[in-house]
Amino acid sequence: METDQLIRSLAADNTHRAPRVGAMLTMALLVMAPLSILIFATFLGVRPDVTSAMHNPFFDMKFAVTLSLAIPAIIISLHLSRPEALMRGWGWLLLLPVGLLAVAIGSEAMMAPAMPVTMRLVGKNSRWCMLAIPAMSLPLLAGALFGLRHGAPSRPALAGALAGLLSAGLAATLYASHCTDDSPLFVATWYTIATAVVTAIGAAVGSRVLRY
Amino acid sequence: MRGREDEWTGLMRSAMAGDDAAYHRLLREITPVLRAAARRGLARAGQPPDQAEDIVQEILLAVHLKRHTWDSEAPFAPWLFAIGRNKLIDALRRRGRRVFVNIDDFAETLPGETPQETASAGEVTAQLNTLPQRQRDVLQSIAVDSASIKDTATKFSMSEGAVRVALHRGLAALTAKLRDH
Repeated sequence: METDQLIRSLAADNTHRAPRVGAMLTMALLVMAPLSILIFATFLGVRPDVTSAMHNPFFDMKFAVTLSLAIPAIIISLHLSRPEALMRGWGWLLLLPVGLLAVAIGSEAMMAPAMPVTMRLVGKNSRWCMLAIPAMSLPLLAGALFGLRHGAPSRPALAGALAGLLSAGLAATLYASHCTDDSPLFVATWYTIATAVVTAIGAAVGSRVLRY
Repeated sequence: MRGREDEWTGLMRSAMAGDDAAYHRLLREITPVLRAAARRGLARAGQPPDQAEDIVQEILLAVHLKRHTWDSEAPFAPWLFAIGRNKLIDALRRRGRRVFVNIDDFAETLPGETPQETASAGEVTAQLNTLPQRQRDVLQSIAVDSASIKDTATKFSMSEGAVRVALHRGLAALTAKLRDH
């Protein structure tokens, strides 16, 4: 086909209007969220002492950490869905949860320890944590990748990794309401490992499905 | 250079606002620039320039299907050249070459480059034949026979809406086939 002919057919299709990537991502996440919530409700559920736990700043801190991962990851993944976008100047946003955790670990260290450090670190739920966060992430990751496919990222693996981070951040937010381990040491260790697994899956799948 | 790129941004804004003629003009204006860049990219990778038109057509399809990712407040050229660079890299990778192409590099203008009027490419044509009958008919009618949407609708006893859907699906399917083949 001649290029002029192709151009003619593209111009004829100009009336077609696609939704923005942000709208697609939002929709895809909303469609998949019930699955993650179903996994949560079936196997985990909110911890029984949640009302008293809410008075514990380290319990609340978990949500600050997971949301400070999920929200910047959503913002950066949308930024990267434009072909000319660079990571430069945006990556520091991902240091937000790291900084929060560092502050939390520091303040816990200054308090009289309620439990020995090994118990705070290993907790009671580390195995569950490493299983539940990835399991609840997977539906959200599928949704995020579907939504981001609508974009045109120049680095598909990086965009996929961000999809992994955002879905792990959202899944960890759910998980945080179940888990009775509130020590920032526990969060920094096991949540991070779970998030890394999901991010790696996101990058691997993204490098294939986010090419345009 | 700047004047040309500002003009592109203006045309793309009009296009996004529904001006089909501005869109047509924009695509025609960027094509010689993309062609020169594709030829240069192939030459640098030690590849024959005869594949350039395939790359140009792939870039045009991607520009079309991803134009909603362009921010109308931003200049058009960096967005365009980023897509061009990605498509050039993809094409070279498919031929087993790993190269790095700079964005600024992609479309540095060479003065005195004679823009060809139009050129034909094989890959789109080959993939066109694998599309469902209806999409192929509509695409052929509009692209090759330069029929309007309306005339195409009459010719195949379809509604204009159905022609538009078939056209868009055909272009999207074509792009997916070019990417994955």
